[in-house]
Amino acid sequence: MIEFITQPWSWYVAGIFVGLTVPVLLIIGNKSFGISSSLRHVCAICIPAKIPFFQYEWKKEIWNLFFVFGVFLGGMIAANFLLNPIDIQIAPALQNDLATYGITNYSNLVPLDIMNWQSLFTLKGFLLMVVGGFLVGFGTRYAGGCTSGHAIMGIATLQVPSLIATCCFMIGGFIMANLILPLILNL
Amino acid sequence: MKSQTLPFQKTMQDITRRKDAICVNESEKVEKWYHNLKYLVVGIIFGIVFVKAEIISWFRIQEMFRLESFHMYGVIGTAVITAMISVFIIKKINIKTLSGEKIVFKDKVFNKGQIYGGLIFGLGWAMTGACPGPLFAQIGTGAIVVLVTLLSAVFGTWTYGLIRERLPH
Repeated sequence: MIEFITQPWSWYVAGIFVGLTVPVLLIIGNKSFGISSSLRHVCAICIPAKIPFFQYEWKKEIWNLFFVFGVFLGGMIAANFLLNPIDIQIAPALQNDLATYGITNYSNLVPLDIMNWQSLFTLKGFLLMVVGGFLVGFGTRYAGGCTSGHAIMGIATLQVPSLIATCCFMIGGFIMANLILPLILNL
Repeated sequence: MKSQTLPFQKTMQDITRRKDAICVNESEKVEKWYHNLKYLVVGIIFGIVFVKAEIISWFRIQEMFRLESFHMYGVIGTAVITAMISVFIIKKINIKTLSGEKIVFKDKVFNKGQIYGGLIFGLGWAMTGACPGPLFAQIGTGAIVVLVTLLSAVFGTWTYGLIRERLPH
């Protein structure tokens, strides 16, 4: 049992758990699964600045902040108590390719070679973390949801707009990972 | 300084709350604060799965977008099918919430934001190797520097709110 818990979990175990979040949230409180909205609630609470988009009753959506705080705690628990002792195993082609950009550290789920406090003040780190983060926040809200809200909740409830949004997420990702990211990593 | 909210204002606030949001609290019930602990627990389990299945790994996201691994497609595909079957069962046998409320599904309306915003998010997803959920979990695992990415994402959302009316929808 312990061995099972500390090993990396297979895709179908993870997929079933993630998928079950949808009915669980619906049954325990009529909540639609989604995460990016939490960023909007943070804006509405902390920096509404009289912007109409942030003038709503955020108290009704406070559940979403408890949920994401749970995700944070879950990450902490898993990393401290259920950690897989060996490095992450990735596709050899990617590993060879990343090595040419000096990315060889697989001890963490984020690439520590390029995402750390020192690199934050380099152009590469700034683009990856600050600009990348901005695009995530701006894009998800413009699209009206992220992977959880559109790709999982939306497609599971047969929403055509969510299918369109998900296709666009993937197109954007393909363009970045294959065409633009190599240029950034070369900086 | 607490003023009475008029019914009209309430409706307007509710319309704003639903703008560009797929994830909405549809419950009519007002819950006590400690009910939120339920969502905290679901979040914790969700966060553990994120880490254990390496869904929040920048490397796994790169593999996905370079078509070098089936892992992420398997996770998302299984999740969608599991959720779809669950929703079908909920609708079919009319399962109620724990407090006896009818479960509400609202149809989403198409707007061009789903295309433009979707593309923008896709670019950011491949850069940061994380969608919003994994950002929280990554910080939890001790990658404190990701806090910068999260704050930047909050600022991105805020900027969207600021210029929303001037963007094509």
